[in-house]
Amino acid sequence: MTTLGKEFGLPLPLIDVGNQSFWQGTAAGELRLQACEQCGEFRYPPAPACWNCHAMGGTWTAVSGKGFVYSWVIAHHAAHPGAADLVPYNIVIVELEEGPRLVSNLVDCPNEEIEAGLPVEALFEEVSDDVTLPRFRRSGR
Amino acid sequence: MNLKDEVAIVGIGQTEFSRGSGRTELDLACEAISAAIEDAGLDVGEIDGLTKYEMDGTLEISLVSALGIPNLRYFGQVGYGGSGQSSVVQMAAMGVATGQCDVAVCYRAMNGRSGLRLGLSRAGERAVGAFAYTDPFGMVSMAQRLGMFARRHMIEYGSTEEQFGHAAVTLRDHAQHNPKAIMYGRPITLEDHQESRMIADPLRLLDCCLESDGAVALVLTRADRAKTLRRKPVYIMSTAQATGPHADGIVFRPSLAVAESPLAARDLYARAGVGPGDVDVAMLYDHFTPFILIGLESFGFCGPGEAGPFVEEGNIRWPHGPLPVNTHGGSHSEAYVHGLTHVAEAVRQLRGTSTAQVDDAEIALVGSSVNQVSSALILRR
Ligand SMILES: [Zn+2]
Repeated sequence: MTTLGKEFGLPLPLIDVGNQSFWQGTAAGELRLQACEQCGEFRYPPAPACWNCHAMGGTWTAVSGKGFVYSWVIAHHAAHPGAADLVPYNIVIVELEEGPRLVSNLVDCPNEEIEAGLPVEALFEEVSDDVTLPRFRRSGR
Repeated sequence: MNLKDEVAIVGIGQTEFSRGSGRTELDLACEAISAAIEDAGLDVGEIDGLTKYEMDGTLEISLVSALGIPNLRYFGQVGYGGSGQSSVVQMAAMGVATGQCDVAVCYRAMNGRSGLRLGLSRAGERAVGAFAYTDPFGMVSMAQRLGMFARRHMIEYGSTEEQFGHAAVTLRDHAQHNPKAIMYGRPITLEDHQESRMIADPLRLLDCCLESDGAVALVLTRADRAKTLRRKPVYIMSTAQATGPHADGIVFRPSLAVAESPLAARDLYARAGVGPGDVDVAMLYDHFTPFILIGLESFGFCGPGEAGPFVEEGNIRWPHGPLPVNTHGGSHSEAYVHGLTHVAEAVRQLRGTSTAQVDDAEIALVGSSVNQVSSALILRR
């Protein structure tokens, strides 16, 4: 199968003061999400306020990286020049134990074996000087 | 004040729909607007309101110069692409109803095939905002983002790729009656759908809308003035738009099996004083066929999860289905002009001039379930 490797031609994230803590976390091998200081809810993607109780701020907190596949597609059409050598590749939405969902890729899993509810865990792949992406692999139940 | 029946659509115009117009978008916009004004029996110089899609490449000032509009005194732009299908009409209607302008035009002009293709994304730029958390993983097209919704609809409700295929075949069949449709003369079968190549599994090529060049324009004025004009007025009973929680980035919403359109639907029906059972014909935003299903559920034509069988059983098929949908062929088979084609077709249905005319159509619904924002209209004759 094709995985998304180090020859990275897809769009990189713009890292700014609002989201740099997330990317510092992945570079350190941790999935760090903001937790609300008032109600405790996690959120993702990063945001300046809590969607649940509307409190500003939040504490960057390492989460388990464990979750399950909520939805997925298999990209067959290369809609971006950087995807030309990658198709067909999977894109998954993982729901973390802590609640938030992440868009990512499942590595070391044939596309036809992806299913809803599949338990997965995070791993980290450096794709550029400043970006390490969180990806997922199957985990034991 | 309530907008109900205060404003009417009195003119519609469009260009040829093609895969390559060979013209500028400004040129297309001018032609569609001029045609709509001609249809209304008005003069271009009377246009004093203009609402447009923020994504549209033409500018108000360019149109003012090109068309010779002497005093444009109400104008604005709405965001989020095809979700603006009804939002541009809402904004124009608000301007007319509150006296900000007398003759308002809404339009969309796009070289969607020969120019900027919305089905592709460009290299070189870094992803920003919520898209910084999707694009680096190769989620770079709307088919990939919205395929996630199709998958959840399949997981939660048992909807099938064949049911998406039935929607595709139905819309293509409708286009066989519409000589202006790009896919006129090119019918498909369910087998063609099932054999078409995967784009973003579970979405196949024949689940995707067209990429096309063309323009559509509408003319609105007050109901009392509409009665004096050459066309039978089509009254705006209600308008609504909505966005819901976690809309940013499209795929982070709490549920991917529904859109935010139920929120718009609630306001839409309450403001119009009618319900789904009163609607004779519906124009649902169809960038991808599963959104016909989601639209049917969102606007209350089916219960949650019931739209797959509803489509498969022929309920949206003209002429015998009880709720014909996208009788022009839709974005899937007529042309993709960010859904403004759907409003034009709703007007034709209520005038009695559709190429797939629903008998005695009195009330039409136009609605989008696009999954960042949603907008909708109820029109009557
Ligand atoms: Zn909170």
